[in-house]
Amino acid sequence: MSVRTEEWREAAGPAPSGALPRNEGTELILDWVQAARVNRSAVERRAATLTTRRSVKKQWQAAWLLKAITLIDLTTLAGDDTPGRVRRLCAKALNPVREDLLEALGVADLGITVGAVCVYHEMVPVAVQALRGSGVPVAAVSTGFPAGLSPFPTRVEEIVRSVSAGAAEIDVVISRRLALTHDWQGLYEELRSFREACGEAHMKVILATGELGTLRNVYRASLVAMMAGADFIKTSTGKESVNATLPVSLTMVRAIREYHERTGQAVGFKPAGGLRTAKDAMAWMILMREELGRRWLEPDLLRFGASSLLADIERQLEHHVTGRYSAFHRHPLG
Amino acid sequence: MTVREIFETLDYGPAPEAADVAEAWLERHGRRFGHFVGGRFTEARDTFPTHHPGDGSELAQVSQGSDADVDAAVQAARAALPRWQALGGHGRARHLYALARHVQKHARLLAVLESLDNGKPIRETRDLDVPLVARHFYHHAGWAQLLEKEFPGYEAVGVCGQVIPWNFPLLMLAWKVAPALAAGNTVVLKPAEFTPLTALAFAELAQEVGLPEGVLNVVTGDGRTGAALVAHEGLDKVAFTGSTEVGRVIRRETAGRELKLSLELGGKSPFIVFEDADLDSAVEGVVDAIWFNQGQVCCAGSRLLVQESVAARMEAKLRERMENLREGPSLDKSIDIGAIIAPVQLEKITRLVEEGKASGATCFQPSWAAPKEGWYFPPTLFTNVSPAATIAQEEIFGPVVVSLTFRTPAEAVELANDTRYGLAASVWTENVNLALDVAPQLKAGVVWVNSTNLFDAAAGFGGYRESGFGREGGREGMYEYLRPAYERKLPYYDEAELAAPAAAAALGAGEAPRGDDPPLNRTAKVYLAGTQRRPDADYSYPVLSPSGERVGEAPLSNRKDVRDAVEAALKSDRWARMTAHARAQVVYYVAENLSLRAPEFEERIRRMTGVSRRQAAREVRTSVERLFTYAAYADKYDGQVHPTPFRNVTLAMNEPYDVLGVVCPDEAPLLAFVSLTFPALAMGTRVVAVPSSRWPLAATDLYQVLDTSDLPAGALSILPGVRDELAQVLARHDGVEALWYFGSAEGSAMVERESAGNLKATWVNHGRKRDWYDPEQGEGREFLRRAVRVKNIWVPYGE
Repeated sequence: MSVRTEEWREAAGPAPSGALPRNEGTELILDWVQAARVNRSAVERRAATLTTRRSVKKQWQAAWLLKAITLIDLTTLAGDDTPGRVRRLCAKALNPVREDLLEALGVADLGITVGAVCVYHEMVPVAVQALRGSGVPVAAVSTGFPAGLSPFPTRVEEIVRSVSAGAAEIDVVISRRLALTHDWQGLYEELRSFREACGEAHMKVILATGELGTLRNVYRASLVAMMAGADFIKTSTGKESVNATLPVSLTMVRAIREYHERTGQAVGFKPAGGLRTAKDAMAWMILMREELGRRWLEPDLLRFGASSLLADIERQLEHHVTGRYSAFHRHPLG
Repeated sequence: MTVREIFETLDYGPAPEAADVAEAWLERHGRRFGHFVGGRFTEARDTFPTHHPGDGSELAQVSQGSDADVDAAVQAARAALPRWQALGGHGRARHLYALARHVQKHARLLAVLESLDNGKPIRETRDLDVPLVARHFYHHAGWAQLLEKEFPGYEAVGVCGQVIPWNFPLLMLAWKVAPALAAGNTVVLKPAEFTPLTALAFAELAQEVGLPEGVLNVVTGDGRTGAALVAHEGLDKVAFTGSTEVGRVIRRETAGRELKLSLELGGKSPFIVFEDADLDSAVEGVVDAIWFNQGQVCCAGSRLLVQESVAARMEAKLRERMENLREGPSLDKSIDIGAIIAPVQLEKITRLVEEGKASGATCFQPSWAAPKEGWYFPPTLFTNVSPAATIAQEEIFGPVVVSLTFRTPAEAVELANDTRYGLAASVWTENVNLALDVAPQLKAGVVWVNSTNLFDAAAGFGGYRESGFGREGGREGMYEYLRPAYERKLPYYDEAELAAPAAAAALGAGEAPRGDDPPLNRTAKVYLAGTQRRPDADYSYPVLSPSGERVGEAPLSNRKDVRDAVEAALKSDRWARMTAHARAQVVYYVAENLSLRAPEFEERIRRMTGVSRRQAAREVRTSVERLFTYAAYADKYDGQVHPTPFRNVTLAMNEPYDVLGVVCPDEAPLLAFVSLTFPALAMGTRVVAVPSSRWPLAATDLYQVLDTSDLPAGALSILPGVRDELAQVLARHDGVEALWYFGSAEGSAMVERESAGNLKATWVNHGRKRDWYDPEQGEGREFLRRAVRVKNIWVPYGE
């Protein structure tokens, strides 16, 4: 059951390669869930100093920001989404950075794209069409996103339909009431059904942490989601009043670490909502590198759910290349 | 490295903080510094180098302060005192405020300079040291402003000599200088030999904001300069932070000089992890406890005590965390651990770690290698450590933590307290019942619940036991730089008043009691463990009236009686565990019973001391009144909740000493005895008292009063005998935590000197006589404050 993580934690060395096996989950281990302890004040202190303990500058910063782009789930989840809007977003996903900047950075041939494009079910076919052959997956939010309160069969059906429409990743929302009432069995079963419906598609489980009340609940819900076979656990829908924060993320990441330590299975993490600046991206990457190691800085284990983040990263990259502060209008819209 | 390469490795890369401004500052001074005396920098003379521990390079030459330099500085401080005090609270507040502001304006320069001189990470100087320095001056600007209102009846001590260590050079300066100046004192500061630069930079800031000349003086140099400062006759106060060893020397050196002393010394602080703790957070706690400032922290959590059920997991997590620590150049913004201050410390750490390995403990160090250039030592964890091992007992003052296990909360407390030190402790549990049960049981001046190494100007910091006495920060810290205004005006006893009682063998001394109808022969004994018993040596001595009449005999207690009394006190903590209300009831009861027998006591006092009937009646009446005072205070002299600047409650609790020795003066034999023993008893402190040597019978008559008043056994022992003999035994007893002495100047000096052994907190009168009838001199909060020590318990909250 236990797998050492040291080999993934080397300070330097080549990027880890090789696909990891999917998390198949475990049975529901209630003792483990109930033993969870999270001290909010201590977690907040650690979160507050994480980014003051590490600083990434110059070409290191440029490289980290390029990597950050590959981790973005470029997202549009608005009621006024149209095929045109989604096609434009997909174009940006495939060419996230101006060619001249990539050349100046010496990475033009790396084929840098974002990690995925994330849309509502109705927009999946458009996105699949726009991204065909690029290797950039389409992710669909699902299961009655964002509240998750539509009928259970409908929610499962929604997954099935998105998958058959070509979505390779499904972002499901949990029934918050199950976590809030500590019905871990119920939550486990719900997510097991979702996972089954996903089939080959990867399941990202949105905990909506802003609605779970306490960090301890966040930790427990994280464990249950992983036991139920989540490929990723994700903080928020972006629609709650509180979205991804560092303390919440630290809590989830520690749960991922413990799950990995005890089961040997690696689960990804997706902070979403509120990540808008290059600085935010760096903060979360530092969090991942410190708490989980280098391996968790790859798109199969880390995604940023964001819409405006990319624009800020582009500006920072231009600043790195030219030494001048850039402006948004110098970079093509997504 | 190219962007492309880094894209693969995602290394942090170097992130150096620019040192150009600090270097320019050093250059501007020609990298040579004199002292700062009387508002001016002196010519550099007799210089020695100060180094950057990160690579051993020389930063500057600073001057070795001579006796003459120290003398000039003390004189400048003395000369500045009247004007500084005449400025008043508000005037001084403006200066302290300006210092706070100026520290903030030059925050980065100070942070970089500190990091260069000390070798600690720039993150720490930037985010912790310097902001705390500014905060300390702001906070104490406030105390200056409020001084007259908040400390009525107190005055500044005078000229303060302050000797500070190299681990937090500027922060320790702030802890010393801010309260001293706020209270209206002037200062001569001796920074550590290894880290003089920020003190000199601070002196320049003080010059710039127009701090009056001589109010702050800085004399640099090594231990010899410190010794010269401490030995200077012109000081009214010495404050020292550093090793217990040097603290002891200073205690002896300053004994009898009628100066105030505060010592903040070493530690071997426990870091207790219960099985229900958030282990991941506790691991980060350990990082902050022992790898903060390379472990060169007096309150470093260097003894990890983990509940056996989670020890393996905790240690595994810790080892994994250690792999992620980064050690390197102090100005790199991505490092956790910098260099050790000097080769001598590095050697000491290395030696102790080798000893640890040889003792059979398991030593773990991360797989990465510490930098070879400079004075680096890798983070180190010892497991399988026995409590008796040197590494578990001795302060290593480096990045080395030893891990032990315990089974129950009681065992955790026992192990935690199994040390000569008592500076700080950290308790990790999600159970508030457990945390608040354990915290008061720990013998430490600071307890952090689910946190560690938190500091703030509003909360007192300081130790129990051999970690020293006195507090820095908060209201409790201000008292270290103040004294009751009447104190200096008290007259000295004259020779005759201090005459020792007749020797033990003085059989037949004095005249036999007159009168045809002889009173029934009474035998006064020692009062110990709630019973009366004959003194160990079975000697008595005569108690004579001023006219030479033998009014009775008193038992002559000796060292074994002291030993037994301390033993009895330690054995029963019933008194300390009683509620304040219950203690008040007992003290009221004592007053009631004494009042009932007033005529008898009046007669005793009159015959023994030769005072008038009226005066004797007054003494008994005042004694009853005083008992009422302390019964009243028992549940009213309460602690505080300090408003430290984040989400927590910082509880400043007044904790009783386990055992306080009280040595009473001769005069007012009942009133002085009551005045000195009952404030301590009211606070729950157990007392071993030596009553008036000359006229002990008023105290021995109290036995029956005490017996009928429900005072639990062991709360108060009474040992008649020769004052200075017994005082010496008490001073040399390591189980006695504090000692009050009211007798001669020589006796006071002896008590202070002999108390250096276990660094007990002392309160002596230096041969001055107070008026026990005067409510200002004879009772009140000053007595209560001396009867307890403040423990700050930090309890962060939030679910």
